[in-house]
Amino acid sequence: MPAILVENLVKVFNGLKAVDGISFEVKEEELFGLLGPNGAGKTTTLNMLATLIRPTSGKAFVSGFDVLKERDKVRKSIGMVFQEPALDNYLTGRENLEFHGMMYGLKRREAKERVKEALKIVELEEFADKLVQTYSGGMKRRLEIARALVHQPRVLFLDEPTLGLDAQTRRRIWEYIKKLNKEKGVTIILTTHYMEEADFLADRVAIIDFGKIVALDNPENLKNVLGGDVISIEVDNWQNAKMVFEKLPWVKKINHENGLFHLQVEKGEEKIPFLIRIDEKEAGFKIKSINLRKPTLEDVFLHFTGKTIREREASQAERFRERAKRHQR
Amino acid sequence: MEINFTAIYILWLREMKRFLRSWSRVASTLMMPLFFLIFLGFGFKGAFIPGVGQTKDYIHFLVPGIIGMTLITTSMMAGISVLWDREFGFLKEITVAPVSRVSIVLGRIVGGMTTSLIQAILILLISMAMGFRVANFLSFLCSIFIMALVSSGFIGLGLIFASLMKDIQGFGLIMQMIVFPLFFLSGAIFPLSNLPKFIRTISYFDPLTYGVEGLRKVLLGNSFLPSWLSFSSLILFSVLTIFFGAYFFEKSEI
Repeated sequence: MPAILVENLVKVFNGLKAVDGISFEVKEEELFGLLGPNGAGKTTTLNMLATLIRPTSGKAFVSGFDVLKERDKVRKSIGMVFQEPALDNYLTGRENLEFHGMMYGLKRREAKERVKEALKIVELEEFADKLVQTYSGGMKRRLEIARALVHQPRVLFLDEPTLGLDAQTRRRIWEYIKKLNKEKGVTIILTTHYMEEADFLADRVAIIDFGKIVALDNPENLKNVLGGDVISIEVDNWQNAKMVFEKLPWVKKINHENGLFHLQVEKGEEKIPFLIRIDEKEAGFKIKSINLRKPTLEDVFLHFTGKTIREREASQAERFRERAKRHQR
Repeated sequence: MEINFTAIYILWLREMKRFLRSWSRVASTLMMPLFFLIFLGFGFKGAFIPGVGQTKDYIHFLVPGIIGMTLITTSMMAGISVLWDREFGFLKEITVAPVSRVSIVLGRIVGGMTTSLIQAILILLISMAMGFRVANFLSFLCSIFIMALVSSGFIGLGLIFASLMKDIQGFGLIMQMIVFPLFFLSGAIFPLSNLPKFIRTISYFDPLTYGVEGLRKVLLGNSFLPSWLSFSSLILFSVLTIFFGAYFFEKSEI
């Protein structure tokens, strides 16, 4: 039985399809990433799976429970960390967690025990009895991850777990997430619009754009879709260089702009020595610089959607503004 | 629609902890009724005010009104505080928990009622230090029962507003446009019989009128309105607002 099964899920807000018929499966103990720009429908998908909002149509099962018919069973089997902090600032970290445990049906003693363990995982024992008010952004996020673990869910939902955190804190949160998944065997589904986050954490990534899944695979395979590495070469005589490059059998695709070539090749590191050995006089051009780049998920997103994630975010924002204006009228 | 008593207890406990940790907020809420109590109480000491006649003096007439004022402000605040939970995200944590929304509403009402009653009783004790005399212990107990009805009713009303409002922008407006008119219309600080007939008619639609009159009845032994009317109106008010509060809260989007 898959941890999560989604079939043709749709959510319409004010006539706008936020989620447009997506289907996917998350295996037990898998770390699954939903990658896409803001407004692509990631959070809406997560909220439907967490039974916070009802799908317009389609089906979804979490730990085998129907999100439409078995709401409380779904809720007991999941832990949720929201995009925005959802803590009570006037309570201590420990109280926030203990209250959570008891809301999920744990006995007081059991809750205390589990809270201790959860605080240990995120290394917050020292600050447990301080008011959450005094916590930093990173500490709050860690506390929320700990809270989501208190009732020992089989599936953990993380909505943009490192949004707005500094690079160091982000690294640390990533370590916790990895640890939870690998050591405790918790199935994790996370949304993110950070390419490197999806790349670093996820076993498989679904790239989502305008409410649809445009690609779904492990990060390695997704990047391989682009056909290997990119070698960028700057030359002094591009006409001559072009003739030489076009004859090379292992160059899959050539892009050229102002004396700068981008060659799509496989195993780029093995091709660089060959390029350097090209005889300057015979070929009639000189290499000024050379650069090997492994494709990132950014390149993959660009490949599938024709836009970079940043451009897409700008246009999404535009789309929502337009929609809002029309509704006001 | 099952009721989860642990959840109610947890939400009540949360309210208590927050209450005990925010003395400055409690003090600022109690400031207004205290000012009214002290300045009107001492200022009109011994003054003859028509209609007050059947009670001993003005302060005895005034105290139930000030308790009513304390109840309406603290209870409306407790109900509307759902808005703050929404603003700071905590509402999501509660709504994603495997408990029914009815339990959440009940937890909030029980918690709000407790803090509201503590503050009202505090005002009552201060009044007693100022010379207010309660007939006997039984009437003290009865007054707490009336206070609980008033409090639960206004928490329900606060919940209705909080569920219909999208953000905390309208909060100040609600307090100004609803709480103050209701307070003045209730005859808390002057006898209803002195009001022009037209305004007095409006007063009969103010639930706080019955709260204040009910308190006068049990604390002092006499009131302008008959006790059965005050009592049944309060029960009706409380039941209706809690029902609709729960209904709109259930419907509201997080």
